[in-house]
Amino acid sequence: MPESIISQMSIIEIKNLTKSYRVYQKQEGMMASIRGLFRREYREVHAVRDISLNVEPGEFVAFLGPNGAGKTTTLKLLSGVINPDSGACQVMGYVPWERENEYRRRFALVMGQKNQLWWDLPAAESFRLNQHIYAVPVVDFNRTRDELCDMLDVTHLLGQPVRELSLGERMKMELIAALLHSPDVLFLDEPTIGLDVVAQHKIQQFLKAYQEDRKSTIVLTSHYMKDIQALCQRVIIIAQGAIYHDGSLDEIVDRFSGDKIVTLQIGGPDEAFEGLRALPNVIEVEPPRIKFRVGRDDVAKTLSDILSTHAVEDIVVEDPPLEEVIAKVFTDAQDAKSLGEFGTSAAEAR
Amino acid sequence: MYASRWYDRATMWWTFFQISINERLVYRLDFVIGTLMRFLPTMTQIFLWWAIFDSISTPGSADSVAGPDGEIAGFSFGDMIAYYLLVIISRAFSSMPGLTTGIANQVRNGEVKKFLIQPVDMLGCLLVQRIAHKLVYYLIASLPFALVFWMAGSFFVNGWPPADVTFVFVVSLLLSFLLGFYLEACIGLISFWFLEVTSLTFIYMLLTFLLSGHMFPLELLPARPIDLRGFVEFLPFQYLAYFPAAVFLGKVQGPGMWNGLATEVIWVLTFMLLSRVLWKRGIKRYSGFGG
Repeated sequence: MPESIISQMSIIEIKNLTKSYRVYQKQEGMMASIRGLFRREYREVHAVRDISLNVEPGEFVAFLGPNGAGKTTTLKLLSGVINPDSGACQVMGYVPWERENEYRRRFALVMGQKNQLWWDLPAAESFRLNQHIYAVPVVDFNRTRDELCDMLDVTHLLGQPVRELSLGERMKMELIAALLHSPDVLFLDEPTIGLDVVAQHKIQQFLKAYQEDRKSTIVLTSHYMKDIQALCQRVIIIAQGAIYHDGSLDEIVDRFSGDKIVTLQIGGPDEAFEGLRALPNVIEVEPPRIKFRVGRDDVAKTLSDILSTHAVEDIVVEDPPLEEVIAKVFTDAQDAKSLGEFGTSAAEAR
Repeated sequence: MYASRWYDRATMWWTFFQISINERLVYRLDFVIGTLMRFLPTMTQIFLWWAIFDSISTPGSADSVAGPDGEIAGFSFGDMIAYYLLVIISRAFSSMPGLTTGIANQVRNGEVKKFLIQPVDMLGCLLVQRIAHKLVYYLIASLPFALVFWMAGSFFVNGWPPADVTFVFVVSLLLSFLLGFYLEACIGLISFWFLEVTSLTFIYMLLTFLLSGHMFPLELLPARPIDLRGFVEFLPFQYLAYFPAAVFLGKVQGPGMWNGLATEVIWVLTFMLLSRVLWKRGIKRYSGFGG
């Protein structure tokens, strides 16, 4: 398909994508195991229900959601590892699960836990193989490899067998291996899982710089809010296999959290401070500081009340921590599900 | 355009081959030990046949099993030893340690996804990898093999066979490699349907032991009451061990030899095709079932 047509439409188009699969239900105990030999009971898992979304070229999108929400299933659908029950999807004009070589040369999928490097050999060997799998011209290959190794600071590790690398170093090598053919679309499944804070930060920085430089389209799933905060302009919250929210991080806070957190530092006598302990929703008291939660609409009034009666030295008003908001969103999504908002779920156990 | 694409693919496989060799050389010590151990079971078999031939040539013993010249099923003692040594060579080509379980593990732990995501063929990778491993093995094993065959030279009573027989012998060895590979690949690919293929592998191993001529020459299989000897002619197993050895020793000759070779080719093609079908169906099922 000519480039000009592709550039006019979304790079990823998903329409009403649905995927469910059966998992074998094993009951506890030996008798149940024996019964299972003759009659197997399956449970239908609706991994993805009727998801529709578009991603524009150059976007950095995060899929966010609790375990088993359908994030990874969506990435698997997008990379053609699995095919859907119904619905349509195009990435760069290709249907992923047709697995055309032209498509497969233009994207990459990195699964945090899975290892595509040769365990006993230096990473350089795996890179060389990927060069030939994707038919990357040698000049481009050398340039890209050196650039990426430089950015991630792993050039000195290229000659070491992969099994001797640390988890963080290995993840960096995995990323390089996936990027050597300069994919137009990159899918990252939990790229920082299990890494220490320093390595996490390094990989975030790298992804940010890489994306700004190449303008590639990246879809990422993660549990770590830090990843998402650092990288993604757009967050899609997936819960129970459906899209619960699609927008920026700030919108999430606005939409799902009605509160602000206020921290005051009080000057003057202790008795004055004691009066504040009676405020509703106090989070933390550490004289001369007090931290409490106030409804968004009441912030101005509450503050002016306090200011008129107390000698306030310092005021901080902030949004609640993102983790907390997201946790609330997840719980809300769960509740909405049990109320039947997601349709078929009641008949799930069959 | 097409020429360059072919060239790209060729260099890819060549690189894959080199890397497979490098990977194999990481474990060279393990390999040397494994090679030497291969001779151990054969030694016990040789001692067993030694005792058997010894007893039948002793006057007064029941000589109903032995032929007129102290032969069993047309094998003299020398033939028998030569047969077992040649079977080691056949098996060095046709045995595929770890292939079935390797495929099953890749399916179970999801590594097989790699071949859905990357533009590269799994069976091709496994084949090239296996060729590399075998070559490394021959490189290391050639010295002990040469030594043993030199020591056992006197058992090869008929000496080196004529050119056409040598040709069929070599070709049948190469084909036995392909047959072993595709046969075991097919069993491994069944793991798309049953995650656990250990028992299948075990059954396959037992059948190969008995019906390939690995344990004893197929001439020893009974023709009555069930014609097992005739039955194995319809199975692919004999090409994994018996056929090359029998060709070398002149037990299969003339038209029978060429027919055997042609049948071997057909078996190879059959399992090649079957492995393709299983792979296609397998990944279809795999991607239907949530990966």
